[in-house]
Amino acid sequence: MGKYLKFFLVGIFFGIVLVKSEAVSWYRIYEMFKFQSFHMYGIIGSAVITGVILLVASKQLKLKTTEGTYLRVPLKDRGLIRYILGGSVFGLGWALCGACPGPMYILVGTGVMTMLIVILAAIVGTYAYGALRSKLPH
Amino acid sequence: MDLILEPWPWYVSGPCIAIVMFLLLYFGRTFGMSSNLRTICAMGGAGKRVKFFDFDWRQYQWNLIVICGAFVGGYIAHNFLSNPININLSEATITDLNSLGFKNIGKSLLPGELFSWEAFFSIKGFLILVIGGFLVGFGTRYAGGCTSGHAITGLSSLQLPSFIAVIGFFIGGLIMIHLIYPILF
Repeated sequence: MGKYLKFFLVGIFFGIVLVKSEAVSWYRIYEMFKFQSFHMYGIIGSAVITGVILLVASKQLKLKTTEGTYLRVPLKDRGLIRYILGGSVFGLGWALCGACPGPMYILVGTGVMTMLIVILAAIVGTYAYGALRSKLPH
Repeated sequence: MDLILEPWPWYVSGPCIAIVMFLLLYFGRTFGMSSNLRTICAMGGAGKRVKFFDFDWRQYQWNLIVICGAFVGGYIAHNFLSNPININLSEATITDLNSLGFKNIGKSLLPGELFSWEAFFSIKGFLILVIGGFLVGFGTRYAGGCTSGHAITGLSSLQLPSFIAVIGFFIGGLIMIHLIYPILF
């Protein structure tokens, strides 16, 4: 359990931040896709800028992880179709139920029990992708 | 304390999310929430039927712990760290949602029109939650990541595939909000 405590604590922090930023709110996602507020763009934009700085600094400082390896970000495979199509499918779902795969669990924590059906459906969706994977263009 | 109880501005929240990403990388892992859905499929034995789920899910236990923490964080933030919710949405958004027939806009994190039990037990409400969730699960795995993996981690490490995926997120989102919502509501 000890080795997992840090992950649990990071998760708690993540949950608190996403609730306090209102990024878990369906309303904020709707507003974002309507381009009617800077709020969500500010969150994602400042997260990315901070992320770039942290990653560049870690590289410069040759920072090592707690596992003893150099800190590195896993690279995504090259491709186009899977990212455009898959991304669009996710975007449709994200805009429809206002929750991406992190906020789903956070929202259950805030007491929205109907979110459990969304999680269940997302698991089925992931399974469907796995089953159809060889037939889809990537 | 008031500063904590009030909603946090974007310039505090965004860097905090980057810190979450950084900590997970620092622990030798990565920030990707949708992978958990695949892990859960594998845990349930999907690997026996579908090769995509045939891997040792135990190596991803740490990520399941992260979402358990996120669940607890949501509980704590909502019950102990929040004033009554009144989301400061733009006037234009409120007007648009009013015209779609939404009430009590921004008075809770999610609209009762979609997420109350009453909505759940209507055919339309049920289908919205199920289809929405299905598309999220299917799309994130197809694209190899979601907001955390692509929009935050991928963009922070300047990866082109993630940039393409984020464009995809917006293609889907804009189609849903601008073309499909007017039919649904």
